[in-house]
Amino acid sequence: MRTRLAWVWLGLMLALPAAAADYVALPGGTFTSVLPADGKVAAAQVAPFRLRTEPVTNAEFQAFVKTHPQWRRDQVAKILADERYLSHWADAGTLGDAALPEQPVTRISWFAAQAYCESEQARLPSWYEWEYAAAADATRRDARADPAWRESILGWYSRPSSKALPDIGGAPNAYGVRDLNNLVWEWVDDFNALMVASDSREQGDPDLLKFCGAGAISLQEKENYAVLMRIAMLSALKAADTTNNMGFRCAKPE
Amino acid sequence: MKRLLFLFAMFLLLGSARAATPLPGDSVYNLPLQLTDQDGRQQTLAERRGRPQLVTMFYTSCQMVCPMIIDSLRLTRNALDPATRAQIDLLAVSFDPAKDDVATLKSYAQKRKLDPRIWTLARAEPTQVRQLSGVLGLQYRQLPDGEFNHSSELILLDADGRIAARTTRIGKLDPEFVEAIRKVVAQPRG
Repeated sequence: MRTRLAWVWLGLMLALPAAAADYVALPGGTFTSVLPADGKVAAAQVAPFRLRTEPVTNAEFQAFVKTHPQWRRDQVAKILADERYLSHWADAGTLGDAALPEQPVTRISWFAAQAYCESEQARLPSWYEWEYAAAADATRRDARADPAWRESILGWYSRPSSKALPDIGGAPNAYGVRDLNNLVWEWVDDFNALMVASDSREQGDPDLLKFCGAGAISLQEKENYAVLMRIAMLSALKAADTTNNMGFRCAKPE
Repeated sequence: MKRLLFLFAMFLLLGSARAATPLPGDSVYNLPLQLTDQDGRQQTLAERRGRPQLVTMFYTSCQMVCPMIIDSLRLTRNALDPATRAQIDLLAVSFDPAKDDVATLKSYAQKRKLDPRIWTLARAEPTQVRQLSGVLGLQYRQLPDGEFNHSSELILLDADGRIAARTTRIGKLDPEFVEAIRKVVAQPRG
């Protein structure tokens, strides 16, 4: 019986070459983020979760807009995606030469990324989940203390953004997740939560009461500016914005 | 008199044509969002189309700037002449759906004496709260102690849900914002 089921399963797997995306389980735990949870020093708590091993590709997003035409670039509401949304595709439903099937999809708004993940019964990862997963290198779950880890990220930052993106399929990190630090920038669910700072209540000027909260966020691990740059990038974006190098991947609960 | 009647008829026609008009692409009402108000009534965000809205986000357990956000909304509304005032609605959506259930919103509204004919205090599911903050361009972050860091702004939506003006001036009146409301309300419809 068990063998028979296994055969059925194998048959299904073979019959569905474009099978569902791969997710791997990450254990989570206490994590020293560059962004303290309380804005001061508290470590982040990351619950166990699953993360997509690869960013979403052009081919995958093309299949999505086919079944969700409200996310085609010629139909999407402007408030949910800016005018550059998927503008490198040949047309609203065709990839073309500037968007190869296995390249990560970019020029994607946060709203579009969220909608895609929902179609995979998933969600965008939180910043802490993303940072936690990306702290690993090929062999260690937290390689951040190693200058080589930082160098490789900074090396990627210096890559000209006009160059064509490589395909997905980079080397897996210690969790089995690929292409976190060196392929595209990636949306996170709470991208607009990262730099809610500059608390100014004590200054006594009501004009400055733009933010309310229990104190300004002080960034920790200042030597870790490679990661801080990513936070700065995410914080500068609005939810409808798209950029040449901004893609995404999805996450699921445990 | 005939002319007035004609104008009136045109107005009605335009008014009904308007209801069928597709939403402009830059309207926040393109976001499918389910709100539940302080009386437990369900409403989609898009159902607020038709009248200009003053919108903000807050949470009831906030001790610091949020009471001032509510005060500022009240202050802004009171600065309008009665005719203009009668044509706008106020909407405050919670950052904190976990704590701000219907009963909490209700008791907050009563405590702050917020007339339900004018004020809608609402909650939405957590994913949708983040989406709403996205279309409104507001930022927020929950802290481990349950408080939130968040931007404090008042946002004016026109009758079709387009962001027409915003102010970060909280605690005292922003005359430019008041003027923007007057203009939006005075806009010819259609």
